[in-house]
Parts: sequence; C-alpha cells; structure tokens
Amino acid sequence: MSQTAKPKVAFFDFTCCEGCQLTVVDSLQTYPELLEVIEIVQFREAMTEKGENYQIAFIEGSCTRASDEIRLKQIRQQAALVVALGTCAHLSGVNSLKSLHPLDEVRQYVYGDKAEWYETYDARPLEAVIPVDFAIPGCPIDRDEFIACVKALLLGMKPPIPDYPVCVECKLRENSCLYTMEKVCLGPIARAGCKAICPTYGQSCEACRGYITNPNDSSMRQVLAKHNMTVEDITSIYTMFTSYQMRQKIQEQKSA
Amino acid sequence: MTKRIDVHHVTRVEGHGNIVVEISNGKMKECRFEVVETPRFFEAMLLGRPYIEASHITSRICGICSTGHTTASLRASENALRVELSEQVQLLRKLVFHGEILDSHVLHAYMLVAPDFLGVGSVIPLATSHREVVLRALRMKKLAGDLCAAVAGRHTHPIAMTVGGFTHFPSHAELKELRQRLVDSRLDVEATVELFAGLPWPKFERDTEYVSLSKPGEYAFIDGDITSSDGPRIPAERYKEVTNEYLVQHSSAKLTRHLRDTYMVGALARFNNNFAQLHPRAQAAAAKLGMKPKVTNPYLNSAAQVVEIVHCTEDAILLIDQLLSRGIQPEKPAPVHLPEAVSEATGVGVCEVPRGLLIHSYKIGEDGKLTGADCIITTNENIANLEADMRSLVPQIMDKPTEAIRLDLEMLVRAYDPCISCSVHVLKVKSK
Repeated sequence: MSQTAKPKVAFFDFTCCEGCQLTVVDSLQTYPELLEVIEIVQFREAMTEKGENYQIAFIEGSCTRASDEIRLKQIRQQAALVVALGTCAHLSGVNSLKSLHPLDEVRQYVYGDKAEWYETYDARPLEAVIPVDFAIPGCPIDRDEFIACVKALLLGMKPPIPDYPVCVECKLRENSCLYTMEKVCLGPIARAGCKAICPTYGQSCEACRGYITNPNDSSMRQVLAKHNMTVEDITSIYTMFTSYQMRQKIQEQKSA
Repeated sequence: MTKRIDVHHVTRVEGHGNIVVEISNGKMKECRFEVVETPRFFEAMLLGRPYIEASHITSRICGICSTGHTTASLRASENALRVELSEQVQLLRKLVFHGEILDSHVLHAYMLVAPDFLGVGSVIPLATSHREVVLRALRMKKLAGDLCAAVAGRHTHPIAMTVGGFTHFPSHAELKELRQRLVDSRLDVEATVELFAGLPWPKFERDTEYVSLSKPGEYAFIDGDITSSDGPRIPAERYKEVTNEYLVQHSSAKLTRHLRDTYMVGALARFNNNFAQLHPRAQAAAAKLGMKPKVTNPYLNSAAQVVEIVHCTEDAILLIDQLLSRGIQPEKPAPVHLPEAVSEATGVGVCEVPRGLLIHSYKIGEDGKLTGADCIITTNENIANLEADMRSLVPQIMDKPTEAIRLDLEMLVRAYDPCISCSVHVLKVKSK
C-alpha cells in the first residue's frame, strides 16, 4: 500500500444483524483517530456515498442465497484484502441453525404457502463462496480487537487473533470457574480474544468465535456429560454458532 | 415528462430497502418501498431449542435492538413458564432497556437523520464542520453503551439477561458513577433538544392509527396492553387481533393492519398515546420542539425520539435511585414451572423497542424445548404505513426537481428509523 495515500476501506453486509458494523461505529467513540488513517468509501449503514474503489473490504454476514454470490465475487475482484467481520461471515453462526431442519420445512413454517416467493439456500460462511484473507471472529466482534486488527493490516501484518482457549483469558480476569457454580461452558475449547466476556458476566461460553485449532473435543464432551448434560444438550450447545461446521464434520465422517 | 426515483439500498438505515417512485405527466405511476433483506427464518431456528437459549438466538435478529429482542424473548418464556420477577430484576430490566433506547435514538437522531439537515452524506464530514455536535453525540452514545454494559455486559447481544433474572449484577459503585454521568449528561440532553428544535422539519401531515403499549403509572416500554389511538386496548396475549399479518406480492414484507388500512408504531405512537406519562422534563422538551399530541407529521418521529432521550435519561436516574436505596443484592433467577407432561405452555412477551411494538410468542413443551415461535417485528408493522405516507406525499411534492423529491422520500424513510435486518420474515418479492 502506498505510504502517502490513506487506504480505501469499504464495509458490506449480507445476512446478519449489522451488530458488528455497529460495533465498528462504537469503536469510533474510543478511537476517533481511526478516521485519520483510513478512508471509508462505502458504509451503507452510516453514509450515503458509495465508492467502488477500495483496497480493503470488511464483510459482515453469511451468504444465504445464490444471487448474493455475484455481489460477493465482485467485491473479491475489487478488494486486495477481504476480511470476514464477525461470526456470520466467519463461520455462518446462528444463520446455520436453520440447517438443523429440512429447508422445505423451515420455509413453509415461516412463509406458509408463499414460501416460493422467497429465495434462500443453506446459509454458509464467506469462505464457502470466495477466498477470504482474514477473519475477525465474534458475535459481535470485540471493538478493541477490531482496532488491533486494522492496525495490523495497515502495517502489513497478520491480524493478531489468538489461538488459545477462552479459559486463558477467563483466568487472567480471575473469574470463578462456571463449572464450580453448577454451570457448563465451552471455554476450554473455544477461541479466545473476547476477554472471556460471557463467563465474566455469569454466562456459559457458547463458542461464538469458533474453536481453537486443536481442541480436546472428546475430553470436553466427557466433562459436559459429567455435569449432567445429555447428548441432546451437548449437541445444542455445540450447534449454537457452529452448526455449519458440525454439519461439515458429520458429512466428512459419513463419506470417510 | 417522467421523473423516476429509484433509490437502491437506502443508506443510513439498518438493513436493505429500496424506494421506487415514478411520476409521469403529473401522475404518480408507481410508489413503493421494497424490503430486500435476505430471509432469516429465526422462528424456525427456535424450534427444538431449549428456552434458556431462545433469548441468545433472538438477540441476533438485530444488532441495534438486541436488548429489546432479548427482553421480549425473556418475557415470552417467563409468561409461558409462570415466572415471577423480583422488584430488583424489574428495575434492572427497565434500566438496561433505557440504555438501549438512548443508544439507538442518539445514533438515529445524530448520525442517521442530522446529516440530511446539514446537507452532507454522513456524520464523518461533521466531525470537522460541527465537531462539538459530533463529540456530544459520541459522548451520549458512550454513556448509553456503558449503562447497558454495567447491567448486561454489553449493548449488542446482552449477556447477563436470563429467564427469571440476571446472571450478573452491577455494583453499588458502578451505579453511583452512572447516576452522576446521567446527571451531568443533562447539559448534552438540553443541547440536543435545542439542536433539533431548530431544524427545519419537512411539513407533511397524515393522520393514521397509532399503536403502542400502555400501562398504568408509567410510560410503557416493557409489558402492558396494546393500545390504539383509535380507541381499543387489547391484552398482549390477543396480539393477533391487532397485527393481522398478511403477505402481498407487490410489496415485500409481512404487513400488518388493525382498524385502518395501516398503523404506525414507534416513538411518535408512544408519544401520542402515552404523553401524560412522560417525565415533566420530557414534556417540557416536547413544548420546545413544538409538539403536543396528537402529532400527525411522520417526520417528527425523530423529534419524538429526542423527547424520549430526555425521558429515558430522567427515568434512568430515578431507577438508579430506587436500586441504590434498596441496596443491590445479587440473586438467583426466579424459578420456572415447566408444563405438565404432554402439554404445552404458551407465553407472549411484548415491549416497545426503539422503533415500536415488538412481540415474541412461544410455545414450550414439557422438556423445556420450544415447540412454536412467532415474532412480530417492529419495522414490518410500519412498512404499509410508510408506503401510505409516500403515496400521500408524492402528489404534494411532485413539482419539485427529482433530486429534491428523492431527498424528501429518503428523509421520510429515515424518519421511521427502519431496522430492516430485523425483518425476520420479510423479504424481497420478485420484481415486477
């Protein structure tokens, strides 16, 4: 990237709640100087201008219909760097919960006999449609981590996304372990970077940032079973944000 | 001569919508607001999930009103499972709700609406030209976000809110500090009223049916009866008598209608129906803004939001006073009562999110899993009314240049503060 011109950045959204883009807006409360180092040329939620000349594309949301693939491919062609912003873009997240039911039933349940009016297919993460350079995980993303990632990208470095479990950050915050409080938690296998915010506020980690590279999955399941979770309960907690990955895994096992 | 206004993906709104208007030889040929959000199927996603997860899933419907969806979801489960909330929990629920209303209204009024009046495309250039205004907005927004964070962990996708109560409680010191900041923010709030009282609001009147929650003794945000400006008060459980959802192929949303062809929800509806219950300072702000019920100019929905900024700031101070004088005591969530074998429990949760009436209705089985879900999404309720406004407005402004018509229409759409990602069951219908 040129040393003198500010890099041009665009934000896009597909199927999502736009909470990650709001978090970007919120991060400006603490880091208004962000606008001094990048030029935002497109950000529909916040501005009218729509520039099509950009180097970095932040994309929020999953792809949930064939017609959105065209736009995604255009963005990929234009941008030197494509960054998946948040869980929907990174892992498909809650959007893939619908994949736990037959698609026809889902459509009929919500739209009745008008189901065919509404185009949809199995929700998928961006990387199932286009190559993605980096992902900023989280539902929603963490504002400090977003800023850290932008800084890294501007310096030509890889965004600093941790590959250790949430438990590490939870211990650093000196929280009492939820397992000692009659609760369960995916902290031992879930990817950190969120500062263990959910356990800190008394809620189980649901692995919204996905899993670390080499999770001790069988041990995790044993621990959950020891804490009176049925197979159904375990499936439920595992599929909250990672139904897409669970399904892929089951399909791989089937074909092996 | 033909004028065509075709705004693909209206900017500075949450979600995706298009304006399509065609005027030919002084006649309006087409006038539509298309919702082109992708379908999301949240109601189907909830089937088979444990009730305890429902609020975590539905908060993901919308990043702006995720605390509202969480609240409606919890109230639906709590009503189904006969959960009695403690006074402390009710106070904290109201407090965090005010945090979200403040956050959303400040975002909308300052960052999405104000640029239109100042002739710019976004808030970014204002950071140089109107630095004090932007810093004030950021300050107010940060306070709202910090208020949400102290109670629920964060604003977007709140963490500590759970069926029966909370999993975390703010400390006495945190609440005291927030109280002081809210008191200090009165200067910013007053400046906000001054700013918006001085704006040249577009002149346009169209009376409609205004629908909101109402309850005795307070300006209703959580629970209450569904009230219409045309008269009836209907218990929340019978919400379908009000919403009457229907699909039409030429439009793109599951639309609603009650006594008239369309109705309006949101800050203006609440203002019109519940003005007497606003905090006196909020009523005074309304006078400064030149508003008294019934206000029938939809552009003033944004001004009604400014009135609510005053109300929520003042009421948040009162809520914190109550919490501090009781003394914050961490408590376990109140117990649930699962339905008997082979039966289902039904519960309806209602609240007034920033954009208006939101309804979640759940059926829960004996195993605590959801067997049915229905969500009536706020923005959908307004789509038909917005189109009716557009059809009434266009003939009044059709002599203006195309660009001016476009701006008037975009500003009208923005006044409704549409939150289209929320549109759980809304989406694009084949174009004509």
